[in-house]
Amino acid sequence: MDERELRSLINDVEAGRLTRRSFIQTMVGLGLTAPLATQMLASAGVAHAQARGTYPAKRGGGQLKVLWWQAATLLNPHFAVGTKDQDGSRVFYEPLAAFDPDGNLMPILAAEIPSTQNGGVAKDGRSVTWRLKKGVSWHDGKPFTADDVIFNWEYAADPATAATTTGTVKDIDKVEKVDSHTIKILFKNPTPFWAEPFTASRGQIIPKHLFENFKGAKSREAPTNLKPVGTGPYKFVDFKPGDIVRGERNPNYHMPNRPFFDSIEMKGGGDAPSAARAVLQTGEFDFAWNMQVADEILKRLEAGGRGKVDIAQAGNIEHIQCNQTDPWTDVEGERSSAKTKHPFLLDPAVRQALNLLVDRSSIHEQIYGRLGMATANFLNAPSRYRSANMKWAFNVDKANQILEQAGWKKGPDGIRAKDGKKLKMVFQTSINAERQKTQQIIKQAAAKAGVEIEIKAVPAAQYFSSDVGNPDTYTKFYTDIQMYTTTMGAPDPQTFMNQFTTTEVASKANKWQGRNITRWRSEEYDKLFKTAEVELDAVKRAALFIKMNDLTIQNVVVIPVLWRMVVSAVSNKLKGTDVSGWDSNFWNLASWYREG
Amino acid sequence: MYRYFIRRILIAIPVIFGISIVLFTILALAPGDPFEELATNPNVPPEVRANLRAQFGLDDPLPVRYVQWLASMIRGNWGFSFVSRVDVDTLILQRLPTTIIVLGAALLLGVAVALPIGTLSALRPYSIFDQIATTFAFIGFSLPTFFTGLVFILLFSIYLDWLPFIYRADIDATGWRWWWEHLRQSIMPVAVLGLFQGATLTRFVRSAVLDVARLDFVNTARAKGLSEWITVVKHVIRNALIPVVTLLALQVPTIFGGAIITEQIFRVPGIGSLLISSILANDTPVIMAITFVFSCLVVLSNLIADLLYGWLDPRISYR
Repeated sequence: MDERELRSLINDVEAGRLTRRSFIQTMVGLGLTAPLATQMLASAGVAHAQARGTYPAKRGGGQLKVLWWQAATLLNPHFAVGTKDQDGSRVFYEPLAAFDPDGNLMPILAAEIPSTQNGGVAKDGRSVTWRLKKGVSWHDGKPFTADDVIFNWEYAADPATAATTTGTVKDIDKVEKVDSHTIKILFKNPTPFWAEPFTASRGQIIPKHLFENFKGAKSREAPTNLKPVGTGPYKFVDFKPGDIVRGERNPNYHMPNRPFFDSIEMKGGGDAPSAARAVLQTGEFDFAWNMQVADEILKRLEAGGRGKVDIAQAGNIEHIQCNQTDPWTDVEGERSSAKTKHPFLLDPAVRQALNLLVDRSSIHEQIYGRLGMATANFLNAPSRYRSANMKWAFNVDKANQILEQAGWKKGPDGIRAKDGKKLKMVFQTSINAERQKTQQIIKQAAAKAGVEIEIKAVPAAQYFSSDVGNPDTYTKFYTDIQMYTTTMGAPDPQTFMNQFTTTEVASKANKWQGRNITRWRSEEYDKLFKTAEVELDAVKRAALFIKMNDLTIQNVVVIPVLWRMVVSAVSNKLKGTDVSGWDSNFWNLASWYREG
Repeated sequence: MYRYFIRRILIAIPVIFGISIVLFTILALAPGDPFEELATNPNVPPEVRANLRAQFGLDDPLPVRYVQWLASMIRGNWGFSFVSRVDVDTLILQRLPTTIIVLGAALLLGVAVALPIGTLSALRPYSIFDQIATTFAFIGFSLPTFFTGLVFILLFSIYLDWLPFIYRADIDATGWRWWWEHLRQSIMPVAVLGLFQGATLTRFVRSAVLDVARLDFVNTARAKGLSEWITVVKHVIRNALIPVVTLLALQVPTIFGGAIITEQIFRVPGIGSLLISSILANDTPVIMAITFVFSCLVVLSNLIADLLYGWLDPRISYR
């Protein structure tokens, strides 16, 4: 394919004759990487994905029944604690735009997605202008305007509200009203990821007229907290915290012919395997969220033929961290203090050997199946940020060789030692069947290389708690290595990658709330991170993140094990779910429909 | 009698008080806090958690928190759920009807099974019927409800595909269909709980009837020429039920406990499932309220059982 053909294809995408997705697929088929293809479209001015799939021009689809094995407990998106609450709120509330499965923005309450081409995104990266959709009304009939969006900024930014969404507005200096349906967000600094405020599951807009008297400390008294009035496809009917959310069709919804269903019921509670069963095997429900179930069980349930598993990409990475500090020495009341050095993990040979001892393909094939993918990278998605430079291998012989060369000699007990220090390490993780199996696989391989691993498993409630008094939390990291999954949340890696910066080092001083848990410090990394924060050129910025990823992998600060997927169970008759790992499961709820 | 009643009530007050202190301390010492999920979320700044903790008074010292809780409890304020941000009493009242319907139906089923089977077994001890009934009763109360629940789901929902295994308190239908749907979804949880209760009760009824059936006044009744039916119903069962009724009163809190697991399996939105999810979410005010209600129920049903005993059996006197 020559340049002329390529240009005409891009023109087709621009004119809507060719979908963005099939363009990228064609390009990948030609041997180009997906990020490059995406980039080609972006530089040609086709910045964003268009509506996908077909939608039947009819309504009256009966009841949509969805099952969340953790029930929604509150319906104010600004208080949402987990995805369950965000999803429950998303039935009624909507953001300005949502992220599709590829991490592209799709307009919801916005008339269009801002870009440098349409003048929405300022060239200096210090402001972005959103044009809002006209003719949108709240469920109580009041019009949706720019004032509502500005109110959401004030509401979330007020520390007394203690909104969990406050992180999305932290970079905002001011939100200006341009006219009744246009707002301009002014940032404190040049902000490459200008799409964070008011989008996706943390950007759901609540109505000013019902919340303006309940800002700050009074926020929890608002009656609308329990009876949402939004702009979404369904109107509120009933909510029992911890059990059920019910909604009925919004006849005045702002998208034509939507929604398809007359009502929605979001039932909660129970456990993941039986939720999978209710969708895949008995067909009692149409959709179930977050299928944390062994793949072999899911396959058996799918054999019933009533539903299938839907797998979406996100940035969740199951990884092993190598402690850079000494977890066994107490310095000024804390172990793993940044003032200490790990007795043997600072030796690059040991870390390299460890990296070779993780049998990713066995872990992937025998434990996680379709629920994850073996990976060499810490940053895996969206695809434009994935490094192609890193490779992983499982090679016990090579590990032995590296250790031997570095002077780690096997003792009479078969364990390697050097200068009187033995290669014995404690490997901690949370209690979870998959994780304990993974620990075993690694422990056995390590034993063959003369490295003794002692396994430690902590109940998840303690391991992931922020209890300052508990020595077993993952942030204290009082062991040599540890393993867990960290999530990305937004399709932009800036916040995600801050977990290797020096300022984030977890310590007693910050009550172990710092996000750099390995306590790794690198001037080079810090510099790259700071540059990325203000780099406005998307291609250069992606390169910076790829470089950061490569630094952590080359130095074996972390050993990525598995790139974990977002898994849902969907009835065969339910269409249009199009689950995105970058947004609420309901980002596209208005377009869900049932066939047959 | 009244003096006895008043004395018992007065004894109950320090007991309940002590229970509340123990509960509160255990919950405070347990690891985890309600805003834990926020701690692991990179997108939520730590200040939000600090703010929430301060707002909900989690940073106050333990004795202060206890006194605050006690003071508001006495004033009838049950507290405010950290997780749902609603008053705890609203939360509990929402769940109460379902629990009462399911547990009430289960108890009725248990009694309906136990009474005739237990009596028949006792009247014909060691007959084939008795042997079979005894075998089933032993199987019934040996199998835990979480096991029978799963077996029921496997059989009736998955192999036979007759019954739904997810309980929905709000059914989107009216009239007969509403009743039909409710009946269908209640069958399994009620059967699991009711049969478990029934199995235990059968044994009690059997031994109670066996005791009474051998007494002289029963022989006298027969000798008077009363029909077997009247002898059994009026003389045997009536007397045999005295210990059984008090036992039922004592068992009410146990049923609540057994229902926790069953509610979780069938996703019945009752008090038990509220308790489990609150424990998992470290929602202290809700856990406190529910466990406190449970312990009050235990104390209260003990009192009721004692009083019932004296009322049913005039030979017992209270001093």
